[in-house]
Amino acid sequence: MKAGERTPIDGLLELLKQYNEFELQNVELNAEDLKLVFRSLAQVAPTVLPSPPSLPKPSSILETEFSPFVQEYPGSIAEVTLGATRADGGTRGKVIKIGGATAPPWHFFEGKFPNPPVIAGDVFDMPIRLPGPVKTVLGDALEDPVEWARIAVEKFGADMVDIELVSSDPYTKNTPIEESCKLVENILQAVDVPLVVGGSGNPEKDAKLLPKVAETCEGERVLLSSATLDMWEPVAEAAKKHGHVVLAWTSIDMAQAKELNRKLFDYVPKERVIIDPTSAPLGYGIEYAFSIMERIRLAGLMGDEELQCPMGSATANAWGAREAWKPEPELGPRRYRGPMWEAAMALTMLMAGNDLYITLHPAAIRTMKDVIKWLMGEKGEPTFQDWIGIGE
Amino acid sequence: MAAKKKIGPLDIYALLPKTNCGKCEPGVCMAFAARLAERTISIEECPELFEDKYKASLQKLQEMLKPPVKEVTIGTGESQVKVGGQLVVRRHEYRYFNPVPIAITVDDDMSEIDILKRIKRVEEFGYTYIGKTLKLDMIAVRCVTNDPEKFERAVKKASMTKLPLILWCMDPKTMERALSTVSERKPLLYAATEDNWKGMAELASKYGCPLTIYSPGNLKMLKSLTKTILAYGIEDILLDPGASFGEKIKETINNFTALRNTAIKGGDELVGFPLVGTPLRVWEDGGKTSEANMWMETSLATILMVRYADLLILKSDEMWVLLPQVILRENIYTDPRKPVSVDPGMRTIGDVGENSPIMVTSNFALTYFTVVSDIESSKVPSYLIVVDTEGISVESAIAGRKLTAEKIAEAIKESGVKEKVKHRKVILPGMAARYKGELEELLNFEWEVLIGPRDSSGIPKFLAEKWK
Repeated sequence: MKAGERTPIDGLLELLKQYNEFELQNVELNAEDLKLVFRSLAQVAPTVLPSPPSLPKPSSILETEFSPFVQEYPGSIAEVTLGATRADGGTRGKVIKIGGATAPPWHFFEGKFPNPPVIAGDVFDMPIRLPGPVKTVLGDALEDPVEWARIAVEKFGADMVDIELVSSDPYTKNTPIEESCKLVENILQAVDVPLVVGGSGNPEKDAKLLPKVAETCEGERVLLSSATLDMWEPVAEAAKKHGHVVLAWTSIDMAQAKELNRKLFDYVPKERVIIDPTSAPLGYGIEYAFSIMERIRLAGLMGDEELQCPMGSATANAWGAREAWKPEPELGPRRYRGPMWEAAMALTMLMAGNDLYITLHPAAIRTMKDVIKWLMGEKGEPTFQDWIGIGE
Repeated sequence: MAAKKKIGPLDIYALLPKTNCGKCEPGVCMAFAARLAERTISIEECPELFEDKYKASLQKLQEMLKPPVKEVTIGTGESQVKVGGQLVVRRHEYRYFNPVPIAITVDDDMSEIDILKRIKRVEEFGYTYIGKTLKLDMIAVRCVTNDPEKFERAVKKASMTKLPLILWCMDPKTMERALSTVSERKPLLYAATEDNWKGMAELASKYGCPLTIYSPGNLKMLKSLTKTILAYGIEDILLDPGASFGEKIKETINNFTALRNTAIKGGDELVGFPLVGTPLRVWEDGGKTSEANMWMETSLATILMVRYADLLILKSDEMWVLLPQVILRENIYTDPRKPVSVDPGMRTIGDVGENSPIMVTSNFALTYFTVVSDIESSKVPSYLIVVDTEGISVESAIAGRKLTAEKIAEAIKESGVKEKVKHRKVILPGMAARYKGELEELLNFEWEVLIGPRDSSGIPKFLAEKWK
């Protein structure tokens, strides 16, 4: 019998429900059918409430202890150092360490989180389509990546700067490699925080561009973004030769993340790799990003050495969601809605265990900095308040 | 404490009648056991189990299948929500059940008109997302005046809603006066504390309502109160360990995490209850502006949404606060076994003909469903060519070279759409504009490549203007 198919018994039961008394005439029922009928009738009858418990009700609080369930994790997450001061051959004002967790994110009862997650302010090397609230905050700096980088650090409070060399893509401006490298140098001079350098996104171009960037930044321990399964060797080689860190980018696939790391580890140790398993925006697949991060982190803690690197997330991707930028008044003012979309996405990733964030809007940067500060046990008032509600 | 063993189909099968009577939908006992183990069918679907001779087995099964986080029903009949019922700590371990109901407060110092207006806003809230309307779920009436008469009046007024109710009041006497007028709705009582637990337990027992236990920052007290209230004969319990945005957020996150892990992995039944998140508490400390409070409330709600809250109570009813919540909930509560990609190939949307437009997209499931839903809302029957981008979105696929002019050209040729339409125009996603020239060349200049909107929400407008 298929689900939902009606049987003669169903019809009979419906009839029976209408009457309190009935008499069966010329009907043949076998024993099994009878059982079914009587059970079903019993359900129609009013429920008898169970009698109240006979034990006396407590008159004072029954005290008991709470001890959290504690699991042990054989593995831990590698510590990755970004940036180098003069003492170690660079020019940065300070170095940043991420990773080192010995338990799943924020299980304070199970382990330690020695290094706070960090925020890199997202900077582009050419004016790109940006949502209104971001443009308002940046003003003229949109045209000037060096100034933009300075603002991201000094005003927005970013720990690092991510310079995205999108104009070097042959399909956009095809900016010459020397020019892109010159810009990176200028940014190194303008700010003293560690850098992330993002390539063009074009694998053929990046295979040439990123090694040159690596050479230009010799000694600065920048994060080269990124190595992919299509194009990893030139980046790994350059990172090894010039002492940098590699962002290993795969698309929401744990097997791929492992495969890429295996390849990279032939050149650099896990202390020089950050895993980016792809951050789909809130509303556009964030659940995949969230779960793959949880899985990668747990696998690393359970001892999978290929997954014991800190993780990175481009939470600026949040602005790709139409809910973040659509100019529809009924969805609420964009000056709050858009930045909150980015903040909400970043906070979600923070709970999944992400360590490094590439973030665009100052309100999202400040919110993350506030929450991270409190998670690390530091005191202090929120600092996001001056950065919300700016613009149209 | 030993971790709870995962229940497998064989453990369940051992307790079933094993008659393969065919009265359940799977038809045979082994298949029924498998479905029970994956929680896609309920015990009640097996009629034989309810016969007297299986009584012992039935009890064992019910005990075995009891989720480590109890499922509690708030409300009655059509006006009810189920909360909790979780089997796993992390969604990838299986899946989360009962998407977090979101309750919005009304306070007893509001005028009756304001109460009704606010309820109307909550009831009418709706956002269409991938073909589904996302809604709010409950009304929480708060006693802020400490005036029994005012609270009763507010509860009576608020009870005009069909949504399930939460009554928020710390004084049992004030609570009872209001509760007695709506007790048949089985509202959630908020909350029993170290100070008022006896009175609240009496009310929960007398009126048969679920009860929240609130013990901010003190898990020992929370668990002790739970033990006490269970001994009182009350089983429908929810737990609020306190919620804070500020220095104490560390404690909030730690406590939610410790409770959920201890319930599920540690098998501690005294904390195996749904967790209530109260982001509205940010309003107690007060930010610089209302918007700052809303910002903090949203941030805290977001964290708790993915950190084991089973019910959230919010004060703000602004769209920019609620939109990220309802969408994040929809995302996190989907079944993680749902594939990331759909099959590539050509689809038809609506009653297509020889003049229907042809559009191209990626095979990332969310992109695909979003585009289909946007084409549907244009009411223009269309062909959609789904290119194999290895399950990633258009923007990422272009960056990662998973969506190229070659791939699109190949997909168009393979689809056979050429034979179905009279025109020779194909519409690319706006993000793929750079491929226009190359694609036209690859298609031997037989086709004109049009550039569609950058976001598929622009499809209806695009078709209205450009497709005549």
